[in-house]
Amino acid sequence: MNDLWQAFFKAISLVVTFDDKLLEIVFLSLRLSLSAVGIALLIALPLGAVLALTKFPGRRILVIVINVFMGLPPVVVGLFVYLLLSRSGPFGVFGLLFTPTAMIIAQVILVVPIVTAITRQVLEELHLEYDELLRSLDVPWYRKVTALVWDARFSLTTAALAGFGRAISEVGAVMIVGGNIDHLTRVMTTAIALEARKGDLVMALALGLVLLTVALGINLFAYSITETVKRRHQ
Amino acid sequence: MINRSIVRTLGFATVLVVGGYVSGSYADETTSEITLASTTSTQNSGLFDYLLPLVKKQTGVEVHVVAVGTGAALKLARNGDADVLMVHHKTSEEKFVSDGYGVKRFDVMYNDFVLVGPDSDPAQVKETATVVEALNKIKTKQAIFLSRGDDSGTNKRELELWEANGSTPKSASGEWYRETGSGMGATLNTVVAMQGYTLSDRATWISYKNKQNMEILFEGDKRLFNQYGVIVVNPEKFPHIKAKSAEIFVNWILSSEGQDAIAGYQLSGEQLFIPNAMN
Repeated sequence: MNDLWQAFFKAISLVVTFDDKLLEIVFLSLRLSLSAVGIALLIALPLGAVLALTKFPGRRILVIVINVFMGLPPVVVGLFVYLLLSRSGPFGVFGLLFTPTAMIIAQVILVVPIVTAITRQVLEELHLEYDELLRSLDVPWYRKVTALVWDARFSLTTAALAGFGRAISEVGAVMIVGGNIDHLTRVMTTAIALEARKGDLVMALALGLVLLTVALGINLFAYSITETVKRRHQ
Repeated sequence: MINRSIVRTLGFATVLVVGGYVSGSYADETTSEITLASTTSTQNSGLFDYLLPLVKKQTGVEVHVVAVGTGAALKLARNGDADVLMVHHKTSEEKFVSDGYGVKRFDVMYNDFVLVGPDSDPAQVKETATVVEALNKIKTKQAIFLSRGDDSGTNKRELELWEANGSTPKSASGEWYRETGSGMGATLNTVVAMQGYTLSDRATWISYKNKQNMEILFEGDKRLFNQYGVIVVNPEKFPHIKAKSAEIFVNWILSSEGQDAIAGYQLSGEQLFIPNAMN
């Protein structure tokens, strides 16, 4: 119990003193995870929409594959990206290994399946509901898609948050492709792993609490925005 | 129709994103930043946190440390993913150089391995004369022994010591001999929880903060000598290796400034590494 209290107070003191090192790590974590979610949304929203609203051969298999990929172990993604970006790998010439970019790539791969799957599910259900109406209105396809996406925007926010949760909490992949380099690729989760390995369990847990607080902040922000928008529409 | 334009937009976005990052990464080639593949023992001991700002100040070279086990570090370098190596398994290091992956190997510093266990010492290794005898007692008693099991320098040494004992305990793996497959610090956490024995490098042990009732039970055998070496990865093998900056770093660490800096690194009043470069 004692260690838990100590961790709690340590976390508070880290936050209120604006510990320089902590801020650096928190900002890098946020920068990487938010970029990864942004890029993943660019891929996953259209992909989810295509899977929900169109029919083409292999669609069912693709849906299943994406659902399976939601459970991809991050370490496997890390190894996969490592082998791609290694100097001996196909994209070695770009020298991206052990850079923040490599970590974003790994996180995008982890986030895309979750956001795609949720997007597809949400839009498919909405589409069933509105199909006749939309058809009777005889609007062009892109108007249909934008109408559906707009209607589903709150559920899609949840999809984005789920993706963000996966990105910011992940350690296995970013450890392998980022290398946990101090001041360059050290993020919240890899810092926690490092402190735990040094046997400084109090510091590790304190960093964990800070990570939770950061995630709470992001979620509160998203929640308040959706609530404000909802109220305006009522 | 939908598919095609979405795919087109997507492709375009990807090209933009990837293109942006790639062009950004090329700019780095001119700066003197190098990647050093090293071991968890040197990272966990805090040596690099102390040493690297000095390197930057005195030579201008910025060193990025990727800390993995010695086996993994050598593999990284064989893939061309590191510019310099600093690890602790001489035989593997010499093979790395003779295989053409390294330019030349230099001794940098040393410390020693210690046998750590619970203060109650169930296998009574305290009274033994040699480390081989100590391991023998653990085996006879079937006391819990935690092995790194990760092909690290410490793991390689531990297996060599068992071999000297005439037996590999691998057959007892999962019983009294347990392989954690993780770094030194993580293994020490397991050792504390299981009240077992393990072989640790002294630097990680001194800097480790969760010792509880664990202590050094055996030390001082010459078989426990732990030499660290440094190697610049061969630029003839990999043209992208930043050999110039890597050499500046190696020359510094072998110089009297670098050696004095290593000697000056202390934790809780103890010196963690003893410099022993030839010049």
